[in-house]
Order: sequence, then C-alpha cells, then structure tokens
Amino acid sequence: MTTGEDTLICRNVWKVFGSRAADHMAALGPEPDPARLAELGLVSAVRAVDLTVRRGEIFVIMGLSGSGKSTLVRCLSRLIEPTAGEILFNGQNLLAASEAEMTQIRRHKMGMVFQHFALLPHMTVLDNVAFPLEVQGIARPAREARAREIIALVGLAGREGAFPRQLSGGQQQRVGIARSLAVKPELWFLDEPFSALDPLIRRELQDEFIRLQSRLKKTIVFITHDFDEAIRLADRIAIMKDGGVEQCGTPEELVMNPATDYVREFTRAVPKAKVVRLSSLVEPGPRPEGIDCLPARATVADAGPAFLGGAGRVGVEHEGNFLGTVGRDAVVRLLLGGGM
Amino acid sequence: MTVRTGKPFGGWLIWTLALAIAAAVWLWGEALVPFAFDYPKGWRIPAARWIGSFVNWLVKDAAVGPVAFSDLTRFVAAVIDKPYQLALALLADGWQVAEGGAARQVVPPLAWLAVIGIVALAGLWAGGPGLAALMAAAFAFVAVFGQWHSAMVTLASILVAVPVGVAGGLMLGVLSWRHPWFESLLRPLLDLMQTMPVFAYLVPILILFGFGPTAAVVATLIYAMPPMTRVTTLSLQRLPGETHDLARMVGCTPRQTLWRVLVPSAREPLMVGVNQVIMLSLNMVIIASMIGAGGLGFDVLTALRRLDFGAGLEAGLAIVALAIALDRLSQAVARRGYRAPLPGGIVARHPYLTAALALILLCFVLGLALPAVQGYPEAAQLSTSAFWAAAVEWINVTFFDTLEAVKNTILLWILVPVKRFLVGMPWAVAVALLGLAGWRLGGWRLAVLVAGLSFLIAATGQWEKAMITVYLCGISTLIALAIGIPLGIAVAGRERAWMVTRTVIDTLQTLPSFVYLMPVVMLFRVGDFTAMIAVVAYAVVAVIRYTVLGLQGVDPRLIEAGRAMGCTDWQLLTRIRLRLALPEILLGLNQTIMFALSMLVITALVGTRDLGQDVYIALTKANPGNGLVAGLAIAFIAIIADRLLAAAARAQRQRLGLEAA
Repeated sequence: MTTGEDTLICRNVWKVFGSRAADHMAALGPEPDPARLAELGLVSAVRAVDLTVRRGEIFVIMGLSGSGKSTLVRCLSRLIEPTAGEILFNGQNLLAASEAEMTQIRRHKMGMVFQHFALLPHMTVLDNVAFPLEVQGIARPAREARAREIIALVGLAGREGAFPRQLSGGQQQRVGIARSLAVKPELWFLDEPFSALDPLIRRELQDEFIRLQSRLKKTIVFITHDFDEAIRLADRIAIMKDGGVEQCGTPEELVMNPATDYVREFTRAVPKAKVVRLSSLVEPGPRPEGIDCLPARATVADAGPAFLGGAGRVGVEHEGNFLGTVGRDAVVRLLLGGGM
Repeated sequence: MTVRTGKPFGGWLIWTLALAIAAAVWLWGEALVPFAFDYPKGWRIPAARWIGSFVNWLVKDAAVGPVAFSDLTRFVAAVIDKPYQLALALLADGWQVAEGGAARQVVPPLAWLAVIGIVALAGLWAGGPGLAALMAAAFAFVAVFGQWHSAMVTLASILVAVPVGVAGGLMLGVLSWRHPWFESLLRPLLDLMQTMPVFAYLVPILILFGFGPTAAVVATLIYAMPPMTRVTTLSLQRLPGETHDLARMVGCTPRQTLWRVLVPSAREPLMVGVNQVIMLSLNMVIIASMIGAGGLGFDVLTALRRLDFGAGLEAGLAIVALAIALDRLSQAVARRGYRAPLPGGIVARHPYLTAALALILLCFVLGLALPAVQGYPEAAQLSTSAFWAAAVEWINVTFFDTLEAVKNTILLWILVPVKRFLVGMPWAVAVALLGLAGWRLGGWRLAVLVAGLSFLIAATGQWEKAMITVYLCGISTLIALAIGIPLGIAVAGRERAWMVTRTVIDTLQTLPSFVYLMPVVMLFRVGDFTAMIAVVAYAVVAVIRYTVLGLQGVDPRLIEAGRAMGCTDWQLLTRIRLRLALPEILLGLNQTIMFALSMLVITALVGTRDLGQDVYIALTKANPGNGLVAGLAIAFIAIIADRLLAAAARAQRQRLGLEAA
C-alpha cells in the first residue's frame, strides 16, 4: 500500500443549492442545522465533507445515485463552485484561486474521465487525445507524438484515425482515459468511468486501470456506485450518503468494522475472504519449522490453497520480517461470519 | 402551476354556467350592452395609423447620431446585393457589358450541364450514387420543362439567403444561450416572427428596402432565421453536462469551448436547423416573388393570376423538384458524419471539388462550340401545359355537376352556418369565454394573456375579419383531424404502411405552400371552399405525423397489460392507446392550426374575405399600417391557440403522470 503525503485535503466542504445559498451558509456558521437549511428552502448536495487523499493512492468515493458523489468530485476540480469549506491541493487553497489560475491547474495538473466518455464526435481518436494539448497551444508534431504514445499505452495503437462512433464502448472509454492522461496530470479524477459498460468489458478495463496505475502512480479520485468495484480497486474508500461521508477507510476496515448501519448494509454481502488480509488475523509468535509463508497483503482467499493442501497454519511475513501465523480455525471463524 | 384534482363535476358546472350566461347575453343582451356586440368606433385603437406613421418616421427621420436608419437599410441591402448579383450572374445571367444601349454577354453563366454535374457530385459526396441520381434527375426535370432560368434565379436567392440565415441564426442562438436576459428578450420576438403571416412583413420591408430581390432576401431571412436561432439555443442547452465539464477540465478558453467543443458536438441537431432554413427560404422566396424576387415564384404567381393552370403547374412542379433535391441533400449532409481526410496533395485530397472545377471548365469550353451544352436546347423542351389545361377542362366539363354539388352542399350546410355563428357572436362573450378557458387550463396568467390578445383584435376593429379567419381555420382543422387521425391510427401499427405514408407526408411537407393552391383552384375556382381544401391538404400532414408519433410512443408494456386483461382491439385503441397518445395528438393539433393559419394567408390569393385578404390588399397598396395590424391579429390568433393547446397538453401529460407537475 502506498502512503504518500497528503495531496488533496477537503475541510468541511459544502455544496448547497438554493437562492442566496452562500449568504445563508455564511450566516449559519460552520455547522448549520439541517432542519434550518430545509426551512430556508436550501438543498445540500454535499455537506460537511472532510477528506484527505494521499499521493499515489487510489481513493474511491462510493455512493448510490443522489448521494452527492458526482457533485463532490466536481467541487474538487471546481467545475462546481463549493458553497463553503476549504480544498487544499499541494497546500494551495483551490477555492481562493482565480479562474485563470484554476484554468492553469486544470490544464497541467488535473485529468478527468467521464462516465459517458464525452468524446468529441468530429475528431479522430488521435485528435481527441491530443485535444487537451491543442488547447494549451502545443504545436501539432509535439502533441501528436505525445498522443500516439499514450494511445499505445491504453492499447489502442492502430486506431488513431478512427472516429469515436466507430469504436465500441470499451474502446471509447480507453480513448477517454488516454485523453485524460495526455497532459500527465498529477491528480486523476475518474467519474464512474466504467458504469456505462457491459460487465465483461468493465472487468477488463478495471484490470487495465490497475495495470496503468501500477506504472503511473497517479493520485486518483475514483467515483463509483458499485461497491464490488470499489473494493477491487481502492486503497481507501469513502462511502457517501445524502451528501455526507458515512465512513472512510480501507476496504478491510469497512468490511470488518462498519461505522454505521448503512455501511453494514453494503458490506454484508461482501465475501470477507476476499477483503480481509492475513495481517488482520495474524497471531504473533516464533516461526515454526518448515511453514509456508504468505505476504501480509494477501487476502484470506489467497491463503485458501495452502489450507486445502493440509496445512494447519500458514506464516505471514512483511518485507522479509516474520509477523506470526494464521490458524485454520481463525479462518473458519471468519468465514462463518464471526469476528476476528 | 397547480393541478386541479377536483371532481370533473366542478369543471362541468363552471362551463355549463358560463355557456348559459354567454347564451343569455347573446340572445337578450343587445339592448342592454350594445358595445359588447359591435365594438364602438370611438374606442378604437388606431394602431394602423400609428404603425403607418412610425414606418414613415423610420424611413424619413429616424437616426442614431449621424447614422440615419435609411443608411442602415441601404447598408444591409448592399451587403446582400453584392453576393446576390454574383450568384445570379453565376447561375442565371452571366456577366454583361453595356454596348451601345444593348447588353452583350461577356461571360456566360454556368452551363446547365455543369450545374447538373455539380449537384450530382454534391449528392455523391453527401449520400452516395442514389442521391446523386436524384439530384441530377430533379435538375434535369427543371431543364427539360423549360424552367431552367427561373429556377436558377430562385436558387441564387437561396444561395445568398441560406448562409446568411444560418450564420445569423447561429449568432443569435449562441447569444441567447449565453445570456438568459437576451433569450427572454428574443423569445417573444421569435414567437411573433414565426406566427406573423409572411405577407404582413413584406409591406414594411418593401418600404424600407424597395421593390426587388434584395427586399425578398431580407424577408426570407426574417422568416427563416427564427428556427435556426431556436435550434441553436436548444441544442447547446441539451448537450450533456459532461461535454461542458470536459471543456473546462482541459482548460478551454470560452472561444475554444464554443467553437471547438460545443458547436461541433451539437452538429446533428444544428444541421436540422440548417435544413429548416433551406426549406423555409425556398418557401419564402416563392412568396417573396410578390416583392420582386422573380424566379419560379413569379411564374406561379402570374400563372395563377392568368388562371393558366398548365404553366402554373409546371413552374410549381419545378419548385417541388428543387425543394425535394435541396431537402434530401441537406439531410444527407447532416447524416454524413465525419470522415478521415484523404492523403495526398491538394487534388487528391479534394476529389469532388477537383471534378466539379474540371466539369465547369470542360462545359465552358464545349459550350463555346456547342450551344446545347451551354443552354438547354429549346427544341428539346417539353411542355405539358396544354395537356393539363385540357385535362382540367375535361374534368370540369364532365364532372361539373358533381363538383358543384359537393361544393355547394358543404358550403350551405357547414361553412355558411358556422361562419354566421362565429361572426354573430358578441366579441365580449368570446373574449370572456377565451379568458375562462385560459384560467381553467393554465391559471390567471394565461387567462390575462388570452383575453388581452383577443380584446386587442376587437379593439383594432378587426373582429369580424378575425372571426372569418377563425371559422376557416377551425373548420379546416376539424376536417384535417377527421381525415388525419383515422389515417394515423390505420398506419401507426403497420411498419410498411407507415414507411410509405411517411415518405409521402415528408414530401408533401417540403412543398412550398403556394403549390397547394394550384390543383384546387383548377377544380373549384376561387372562394372559401377552395381555400378550405387547400388548407386541409396542407395541414393534414401534421395531424397524421403527430397521431402516429403519439401512438408509437405508448409504452408497449401497457398495451401488453391491456391485452393480458382481455381488451379487444377497439378497447385497446380507445381505452389505452388514444388516451396515452392524447398529449402528442394535442401538440399535432397545435401544429395543424399553425399550418392552417399560414396557409390561410396565402389563400387570400384565391379570394377569401378574412384577415389574410386585408394583409394581401395592404401589400398591393403598400400600406404598412393596415398590413401589420392585420398580420398581428393573425399572429394573436395563433398565439392564443398555441398557448391554450400547450396548456391543455401539459395538463393531460401531468394527469397521465408523463410530466412532473
């Protein structure tokens, strides 16, 4: 797991819709009463969100439709103007930045992938991918060279001359991904990038995404309504409901210790063996003779074959250090639904 | 807006009461409230005089600083005139020099073969060999029937009007998309421009720009620009939010956002607007022949006046050929989509352009030697004019009694009684009932609008003529419904039948309204009955289209559910399909009324006595006040009908749960 320094920090971010929302918010102070907001005819799409995204991690914001996740991610890039709060990106308060400064930040530091791809129908794949560079005024040879490079990276080499309508949904989103990476962004937003795709293609692109991230090590904010997708991809997940963050933590933390009934409801159906890592079950102790060792990152499901092979216990190690062992009984207890 | 959920009984009670009062006033009120019957002359608003003096002032004295208004109009005229002269020379007249009193042609216009070749190439480029053949056939048809020169004059107007109309519409549309205040300013103006009969603004334009093709092009622009403006605003608004987000995320400047992202993304709906501009321009250029556009419209008009049906029909068919060709071409361009540029040098990259240029050159050189290449040989021209005249004569001789009997029966039993009823109704009663309908359907705002507009019609002293318009329009609409709805029902479920019907009505809709008059006048001569038939023929298309759209839009699960409950086909139709299609059909009714009104004005040419006739007379007398006031009255009738029906459709949709309250 990557644990870089904090890159993007949200403090008490609000987005409230309604007439003179900003004035009312200023008058009501930092912790407005929801009932009072409703009285004033204001609707809060994002309320009191505190988040920290660390450098190089995949941070997933998960929520059902209407939970405010799309509004939140647009607040982070200031496509939507937050009503109140503070958003720090590399220490700079984005909400204090001028529109011209924001344009520069978006041009050079941010990339975004859209749910419905948002490809320009009148441009070829090459021109679409090169478009963010063209907007910056980069000369054709340079931008096309960069675009070709990134198109090859997402596996579309050879389709540069095609138009979006000639591509399948999965290919179109590859173009969308390539375009968002063209400017080598530091912060990468993906707004439900795979939701409009068929399950098989979705899976394929998720794998592709993991492969890309292992090479690129971007700081990622990934929006989804699919909890399985969140668990598969996330380093950390924030679960949103009614505009607020219900819980934020690693997939394992959410599954093992849901903070609210809402989170519990989501995590109930998740097979624990695929989420819980051996490091959570480890019993410290000396290293037994001839025991098989697995990395601490491995999930319980990864240890399955070893137990099936007849082992009573497996060892756990992290970067060469022996941590302890996990017993068959602990695994069985977990799978039967007990705690740890 | 609130939805009235009260018992229907309440509604009936109000209406019964209102109608009873209205009847009482009508029957016994004449002595008590005479002003409710005849609008007193002393109270009249002299709007016609005001407008007349305003236009006079505009032409003579109006100025902003040193720039007089007449300078402005002269400038606009010059901007239009130069490209028009160029197009005209290129297509129709060639370049001439004066030589001792006579003009000598120095450079001939494009050869007819070259023009046919170019349009065929355009068809090939946009839609393939089929379209190329259609384009060539349409233009060859025009040549063979000896309409070439007139058609090229008309085409020259179109070539100037369409780009200006599209560019202007795009600009206005973008402005009203960017600035909501601009849109709220523009919208009522656009409503008026579209509902006002075209004749009405021909008069002021005639005065401002003088008689001639320039004035005709200006009129065409006013007529054809509103749809482009609306389509632009609408398609920009309807672009998905992600497209806007994309533009901001990659850091586009406002200009880049608009021209590099938004407008290209909205290309398809925008091309629908372009198609509209082309079709409306063609329609208008024909009408504008009255103020000097010349061309095919002029031929039809003179033929109509001479009652020379054969000649009129041939010019009319040439318009039809032109309309179909331009319509299909612009639709194909819209569908064409983007293609990768071809590799190679300039010539290889533009094969169509190269071919067209080569063709022009070839025809020019050949034309010097062979006159048949340059101009279509007169000896090879066909004329069916004599045949048509004979055919009409034969029909009129053979079926005279039958036709007369049909005409007289309908006149006596339907047209005349309805006319008497409407003309006899006290204006105050009608205004009050309209206001009540507005209030029931859309609340007090609508009531005030509807009652206010209808009062204005009375207050400008046009009530009787307006009622004649309403009566002709109303009866024609009812007949169109009686024909169109059953036809729509019949073809809605049958794929093949609908395909055939759609082709027919699509074609009918591309025909300029003028064309409809020809056959009817041939058979029934002039008068209300003739006007009615022409209006029905023109308006029935909208009824069919919307009925079919409505029926096809009904959720198939509901039909399945009905079937599962054991409904007969008849029950399915009356209880489920028609009920749910009603909002759509109401929209169709709305369109039908608009079509009917616009056609009515044109039928003034065949001697109706309604507002249209007023407008037409004003045009011939170049009296802007009378023309505009009568035109505005027609626009008011259209707006009243439109708002009431739109409110009714909305209420229906809400009741059916198809739209949030």
